[in-house]
Amino acid sequence: MDSELVLELPSDVRGIEAAVDHVLRRCSECRTHARRLRLNLRVSLTEALSNAMLYGNASDPAKRVRVEVRLSAVAITARVIDEGGGFDPRTVPDPTTPQNICRAGGRGLFLMRELMDEVHYNDRGNCVTLVLRLDQFGEAASA
Amino acid sequence: MGFTVGKQGGVTVVDVEGQLIVGNRQELKAKVLEELDGGERKFVIDFSRTGYIDSSGLGVLVSLSKKIREQGGELRLSSLNEDLRTLFELTKLDTLFRIADSREDALEGF
Repeated sequence: MDSELVLELPSDVRGIEAAVDHVLRRCSECRTHARRLRLNLRVSLTEALSNAMLYGNASDPAKRVRVEVRLSAVAITARVIDEGGGFDPRTVPDPTTPQNICRAGGRGLFLMRELMDEVHYNDRGNCVTLVLRLDQFGEAASA
Repeated sequence: MGFTVGKQGGVTVVDVEGQLIVGNRQELKAKVLEELDGGERKFVIDFSRTGYIDSSGLGVLVSLSKKIREQGGELRLSSLNEDLRTLFELTKLDTLFRIADSREDALEGF
C-alpha cells in the first residue's frame, strides 16, 4: 500500500541531517538494497535540500522547504519544493570536465542525476522530483 | 561529530568524525587554513570515522587542496569507505587527489 510523508522545513542547513534520517527510517522497509538507501537516496535528498535552502530560498529564514515522499511497491518518490524563483537546471555545467573539476561547487545536481533513477524539475525550476525504483526481488533494506 | 587535528612525523593529520557536510564544512576549512597559515605544508585528511560527505564537503576539499598547492604543499586523503570512494569516483575527484587506503599509506613517503 502507498504511504506518504510530508515535512515542512525552515531554510536552515543544520536541519538537513535529521530530516534525511527521518525519511530514511520511513523507507527502511522498502524492498531494495540497503546501499541504495544509505548512499543513493541519502546523498540525493541531502543535495536537493541543500540546493533548496541555500540557492532556492537563499537561506531566507522566512522561506520554507517542503518535502513530499511517497512510498509505493515500485518506487520511492521524493519532491523537494522551495519558495524561490527557480532556476534552469540545463545551465549547470558538468563538474567532471577538466575545466570544471577544480571548481569548489556544482556537484550537487550531478550527484542527484548519477544516483537516482529519475530526476525531474518543474518548469519554474523550484521543485525537483527524485525517483528511486525498488527492486521487486530485493530484501527490505532493514533486513 | 567534529574534526581532530594532530601531527605525525611532520604531517598535519585531520580526522573527520561523523560527516563532512554543508553544516560543518567551514569548520574544517578554518582548521586547515589555520595550520597552513602557521607554516604547515603536508596534510592528510583521514576519513576512517566518516560516514558521509556531501557535495559541499567535496567542494571544500577541492578548495583546500588548491590553496595548499598554491603554498607549495600537498593534501592527501585516506581511509575512504566504499560509499565515499563511490562519490569520489562519480565526480572524478579520485583523479584530483592522492587517495590512500590507510593513514599509514598516506603518510608513507610524505
